[in-house]
Amino acid sequence: MTDAIRAEGLVKRFKGQTALGGVDLTARTGAVLGVLGPNGSGKTTTVRILATLLQPDSGHAVVGGYDVVREPHQVRRQIGLTGQYAAVDEDLTGTQNLVLIARLLGFSRSAAKVRAGELMDRFALAFAADRPVKTYSGGMRRRLDLAASLVGRPSLLYLDEPTTGLDPHSRNELWDVVRTLVDDGVTVLLTTQYLEEADQLADDIAVLDRGEVISRGTPDELKARAGSQVLQVRPLESARLEQVGRIVEDVTGSEVRSGEGAANASVTDTTVMPEVVRRLDDEGIAVAELALRRPSLDEVFLALTGHTAENVPDSGGAAGAAETERTHA
Amino acid sequence: MSAVDTAEPAGGTATAPVVTARITPLSTVQHGALLTWRSLLKIKRNPEEVLGLTFMPLMFVALFVFVFGEAMMGDWRAYRDLITPGIIAQSVIFATIGTGVALNTDIEKGIFDRFRSLPIARSAPLIGAILGDLVRYLLTVIMVMLVAVVIGYRPEGGVPGLLAATAVVMVFAFALCWLSAFMGMLLRTPMAVNIFGSVWMFPLTFGSSAFVPTDQMPGFMQTFAEVNPVTHVINAMRELLAAEPAGESLLWVAIWTAMITAVFFPLATRAYRRRA
Repeated sequence: MTDAIRAEGLVKRFKGQTALGGVDLTARTGAVLGVLGPNGSGKTTTVRILATLLQPDSGHAVVGGYDVVREPHQVRRQIGLTGQYAAVDEDLTGTQNLVLIARLLGFSRSAAKVRAGELMDRFALAFAADRPVKTYSGGMRRRLDLAASLVGRPSLLYLDEPTTGLDPHSRNELWDVVRTLVDDGVTVLLTTQYLEEADQLADDIAVLDRGEVISRGTPDELKARAGSQVLQVRPLESARLEQVGRIVEDVTGSEVRSGEGAANASVTDTTVMPEVVRRLDDEGIAVAELALRRPSLDEVFLALTGHTAENVPDSGGAAGAAETERTHA
Repeated sequence: MSAVDTAEPAGGTATAPVVTARITPLSTVQHGALLTWRSLLKIKRNPEEVLGLTFMPLMFVALFVFVFGEAMMGDWRAYRDLITPGIIAQSVIFATIGTGVALNTDIEKGIFDRFRSLPIARSAPLIGAILGDLVRYLLTVIMVMLVAVVIGYRPEGGVPGLLAATAVVMVFAFALCWLSAFMGMLLRTPMAVNIFGSVWMFPLTFGSSAFVPTDQMPGFMQTFAEVNPVTHVINAMRELLAAEPAGESLLWVAIWTAMITAVFFPLATRAYRRRA
């Protein structure tokens, strides 16, 4: 089966700043490709190029078998786009928003109404169908926005940070919708800065950092790259954290990160655990928490980029910012 | 209820649409018309916006006529007849700022991204916004005219003169809205568009024959006012409303309209392609 999206060497500069420095992406048909990266890493620029809203300075992309630069109209016939902000008209009602899109897509008046009704039902918006969108809650707007991108039954859906700013409940609802769409055979390109989101939804993940793909693979592969397990030790007295860090580093031989009163280190060999316990006991350190756990994608990201997803260093300050993240014992 | 609900009753499930393989002139017109419908729905949803737009001109008619009327011309009725066309022109010209503001808002909110990711004519959202705005301008003209008539304005030219004068100001506004659209694309925020738009609408409208005959202005202002396209628009309206020959004024309006359109239509559409 051909790939739904194949982008090669996408480069985009804005006023001398390089937003994308040669991005390659492949989305398998029917799968969810997660593009994971912090703010300013080039996620939105990538989506805008793939959605024909921006032209790349160089490189090319084929979406659904058509070139995004040479055959944008053919690309637009297959895609649905849900941006970072709910792109719906606040003055119109929910139904009117959907009817407008349906009519623009060539539905007849009656078919447009039916399609709008279907989607309003599906997204649990029927109760507010005839209310202007400005009276909708944030979660309702996002749902309407997603509904709007599905009016034409796209085979390819771009979700650009679809859950940014949503409460956990609305976020879970949206995740369920995405899963349903994938079951229906829709290919999804999802950008997110939430590592958990990519973990939950994506079949493949491309990690984007400063306009370049720095890593790609399945969520499990990415996690494996950051060590199979994380040892976490939290001393009872936070004053002894530094001492704990030194012990953990000594025993595991890997770099220790301290945060929120605990020392964390990647371990590949879990037999180090008893040794850590013995050393802590020797030095008379009381421990509040001692655990082995799977690494979070946050830790994966840190391992891959040298900075956490939330903490985006300015260009030039990269080393300094990364340094503050690590407390060396 | 909304215009949507006037559609014929639905039957069966929605069938997949046939999206044309390429954009034809006909589909451009259809998409433009649909997006005009959107603009009109917005006017209907926000009647206070049109009211807000017309409130100022209504105040201007009432205050200028009754406060300055006697002092300016010794007779408020004569002043009313003088400034009514001026206030109509002024309010429509100020209303054109709204075009840029609305476009900017749509871009900022990502609504144009949605439209542009659809397989529709690229120019359709712009066409829809501007045609919808022309309706807004027309509503403004009608409101001001009504108030003038209520306080006794009865132009010599009658209904034909009125229609002709309306046509003149609408044509000029159509040219100006490309300038406004251009600013809407160029500036970052709707607020900035509003401020920049207003700043130079003031000299254009007050530095014209709208409120005082230009020969009563000091030299430099008189020169400015006589070149000012707004002066020609207002003079043409006055002449048409008074059933007087308006040939020369109309010629100037035509020249200015053509020039403004020739400069700002390409600029606006180019900026639209780049930004929207």
